[in-house]
Amino acid sequence: MSPTQQEISAEIAAQAAPTSGTAHPERRYPPYRSSLLRHPRQPLVPADDLKDPDAVELSGPVFGVTDVTELDADLTRQHHGEPLGERITVTGRVLDRDGRPVRGQLVEIWQANASGRYAHQRDQHSAPLDPNFTGVGRCLTDDQGRYRFTTVKPGAYPWRNHTNAWRPAHIHFSLFGTAFAQRLVTQMYFPGDPLFAYDPILRSVTDDAARQRLVAAYDHELSVPEWSLGYRWDVVLDGPAATWTEEGR
Amino acid sequence: MLPTPSQTVGPFYGYALPFPDGAAVAPLGRPGTVVFHGLVLDGEGAPIPDALLEFWQAAPDGGRQGRAGSMRRDHTTGGHAGRDGVTFTGFGRVATDADGSWSLHTLTPPAEAPYLAVCVFARGLLHHLFTRVYLPDARPDEVLRRIPAERRSTLFAREERPGVFGFDIRLQGAPHEETVFLDFA
Repeated sequence: MSPTQQEISAEIAAQAAPTSGTAHPERRYPPYRSSLLRHPRQPLVPADDLKDPDAVELSGPVFGVTDVTELDADLTRQHHGEPLGERITVTGRVLDRDGRPVRGQLVEIWQANASGRYAHQRDQHSAPLDPNFTGVGRCLTDDQGRYRFTTVKPGAYPWRNHTNAWRPAHIHFSLFGTAFAQRLVTQMYFPGDPLFAYDPILRSVTDDAARQRLVAAYDHELSVPEWSLGYRWDVVLDGPAATWTEEGR
Repeated sequence: MLPTPSQTVGPFYGYALPFPDGAAVAPLGRPGTVVFHGLVLDGEGAPIPDALLEFWQAAPDGGRQGRAGSMRRDHTTGGHAGRDGVTFTGFGRVATDADGSWSLHTLTPPAEAPYLAVCVFARGLLHHLFTRVYLPDARPDEVLRRIPAERRSTLFAREERPGVFGFDIRLQGAPHEETVFLDFA
């Protein structure tokens, strides 16, 4: 039988103490049931201090103007009509752990529509699809490491981790650094969402301050009169020391 | 600066991240093209149909600078144009099939870096995993030397026939079965 929200919330509370001091979730996080058979049991082999400067993971794939179109960053203009929902812009910088901008790199996003439905065949949530919204975007960061998307605010949606499980509204982000080892896929959340406390995926980040770094800030300066609301969200890529102490990259 | 935490790729990346020719890293008709393929399996040995694998490798000449053009767009329709058939970008991205299988067509990595770097994403996986696919005749390098002997074989591809290499990724299992994963952070 599917666990209740109460049972899952009790498990979340029991897991709440930060375990390793790392920002990232433990891969074994029982309140998120799908993690149980999909995490390694053996310790990972440390590779953050490789002496081998030729380790392939210290370099990474590059993307360019051939790989994006200018319209890819505006998710509201990919169809004939305007999508339903609250129009927003989301912008921020991609930085390495030394605070240096990641320039000219690919940022990809995907999200549910304003009703909480993905344009994915396997999403059979009964919320309506929007013929004017797919929910996929891409862009390259500029010289300051900035990205910028125009989209609509995604809706919350139910999932089947437990009875009455609802995901807080979020946008999926995929990011590349200069090194493959800096690769990151994560989710951006919206400030003040009442579902934060109930969601085992967000709560898998057990450190409060780290979890806060997944939440964008509403920025009135970014809002455009009669047009859109603005959110700001910076991303800091983790990675081996060699990728963030070396100068001149 | 403190890093942004990872979150799972979830089940619905399929219309966003995979792209045509994602698995066709080798330029068209290039001699020396090899195939790597296998399964992604969970802790019960069941295939994972919603995993996403990314590959990065040195060029045959040892180059690691990469090239743009992995996911070339069609600027007329806004759709994907596919690779140009000539450029070796070093980057591949493959979603597993309904039966948990994947395959990648690429150029043999050079003797000085005889492996593909792999990044594994999946629903249920809260933080991606890195591993390496080594050619069967790869000599022990710094990473291999750090791995207990009984687990090292999980990182070696097996040559099934000339130019075709098998490599399964087990996210969870007994020490000699579970794929060795590398921690870069």
